[in-house]
Amino acid sequence: MREVGIVGVGHPPFGKYEGSLMAMLCEAAVAALDDAGLKTGAGHGVDQVLVSSMGASQVNRQTGVASALVDTLNLRPAMAETVENGPASGASAVKLGYMAIVSGMCDVVLVVGGERMRVLSGWEATDFVATMLHPEAEYAYGLTLPSFAGMFTRLIMAKYGVTERDLAMVSVKNHQNAMFNPAAHIQLVPDLEAITEDEDALTINPYVAEPLHLYDTCPVSDGAAAVVLCALDVKERFAKRPVKIAGIGQATDTHVVAEREVPTDLFAVRRAAERAYAMAGLGPQDIDVAELHDAFTILEIVEAEEVGFFPRGEGHLAVRRGETRIGGRIPINTSGGLKAKGHPLGATGVSQIIELVRQLRGEADGRQVKDAQAGLAVNFGGFGNNVVATILTREEE
Amino acid sequence: MAVLDKMEAQLRPVETLMVPYPAKYITQASGEKLVVHQLTREDVPHLLKAIQPLTTVEKDFYDVVGCRVVSELVGWMRYRVKDEYCLVGTVNGEIVGMVNGRMLTDKIGMSYHTLAIRQGLRLGAQLFAAKMEYHMDFLKQDEVWVVAESPNGFKRWMIEYELEPRFEQWHELGGVPTYVLTRKLWEKHKAAKCGGRRPVPEELLAVAKQMTLPSIYGQIPGYKRGE
Repeated sequence: MREVGIVGVGHPPFGKYEGSLMAMLCEAAVAALDDAGLKTGAGHGVDQVLVSSMGASQVNRQTGVASALVDTLNLRPAMAETVENGPASGASAVKLGYMAIVSGMCDVVLVVGGERMRVLSGWEATDFVATMLHPEAEYAYGLTLPSFAGMFTRLIMAKYGVTERDLAMVSVKNHQNAMFNPAAHIQLVPDLEAITEDEDALTINPYVAEPLHLYDTCPVSDGAAAVVLCALDVKERFAKRPVKIAGIGQATDTHVVAEREVPTDLFAVRRAAERAYAMAGLGPQDIDVAELHDAFTILEIVEAEEVGFFPRGEGHLAVRRGETRIGGRIPINTSGGLKAKGHPLGATGVSQIIELVRQLRGEADGRQVKDAQAGLAVNFGGFGNNVVATILTREEE
Repeated sequence: MAVLDKMEAQLRPVETLMVPYPAKYITQASGEKLVVHQLTREDVPHLLKAIQPLTTVEKDFYDVVGCRVVSELVGWMRYRVKDEYCLVGTVNGEIVGMVNGRMLTDKIGMSYHTLAIRQGLRLGAQLFAAKMEYHMDFLKQDEVWVVAESPNGFKRWMIEYELEPRFEQWHELGGVPTYVLTRKLWEKHKAAKCGGRRPVPEELLAVAKQMTLPSIYGQIPGYKRGE
């Protein structure tokens, strides 16, 4: 089977973007093409463009985004599609790009993920994201992603003894990591005591969906991120040594969360990771760095268990021991994670993969994990009903 | 006090004795202490130096808010606005934001502006809460009229406090739609929005009153004071 690598990455800062969705996507795309040593215009060498976005049509009133991007960047006559798979759109688009190359249909694919969400108020953004829930069984009753996360957290706390302080420790760690990532939306480190114990804690860190606080939830961010994929048999065309896509796994779970057999398990995360490990011929013990989908801090803890880093119910103990910090046994969310880097839905999966590329290239500066050889990203759609796991490895000279 | 000439005396508004706002401090997520204290007219020229760099920043309507705040403060300093006040927020003695407003009547407060210089810690929201606290808990007013000039302000005040729309009432800041914080709404949201402790330890208050000028403005990349 043909092998595929990543030869270019582009990641402008997440946060608030003043321009249009298209301008934001173009910035990321051009940065990725530059990184790969490609140019727009005649002879660009891109066979396919995939754009991942969950809300372009609903939030920004724009459809046909991939076609527009191709024309704006003068990448015609490249093939173009827009990919929508909820918050897992980014990793799904990378997966589809991978498939396009493996099939032999393409040699080079540009994947651009982006979301412009700051045009919405917090309430509107929460409502927009909730449209991926079951329309009759969940959304119609006012359920939202934070409300699911709050209920899920309660169950996990009761079952395994996770505390609000454990969750805050995840948050503080990810904010600390984000301080070394110039692309991160939030550039401040919360003080653990101030946001948990202080008399003013509930004012500065109020409950969003009890027991989850403000500092347990990701911000609403604008952002775009892009990668250039290529067949490894044409890697000589590019300026940078590729990082190999060693494994991709995807799995789904029930749409209605209440229908799950064990409500505290994230079955699709486990199954997607197992598939990715099998494809890569690796196991959790081989992973040096991971980007897990921490839209809520509880998800980092439980996903770390589901992908096999820790036994079930012990993820929070590893957090207490500092095992998920940079320098720990398995550093998680070195980019700052969704918590601090931001979560522009369609960009997130691409952004996670970019962080792994930077780590495996040794370009992660102050957040570099020493001698990283393999990385795992988990991009989580719905409340875990569609999950994509991607494993990247460092290509030897 | 200097003797006023007759014309100047006629131009100045008759002022109402306002209960002073007692300083308070709030621990921030960063672990730092935000101290909120009330300014006097004599403090205005110094505060203006902190605000003036923002008067040309279009992003998030800092230009509109900054210019209007300068005007409001100069008007207050030079006795052309009746019953105005200004509260300032400092962290480690550095000015990080301010709020101002005035008493329209003994029962109605007129909120002017909230300007957060340091971003990312929701300082503006805490300063706005301090302003509402002044009107409601210390001046004992029944309601405060509020407008928003930026989307951020609208999200923080109109939506989060569920302010009552009262578009038929004209706010002093012009045609921007008027919303009202009623006592009922204040009582509903106060516990979650309004933090802080009193009294401020003397040492902390002394540092706060130094009011050093900000050296960094997130809104102005590469800003250097004096350039």
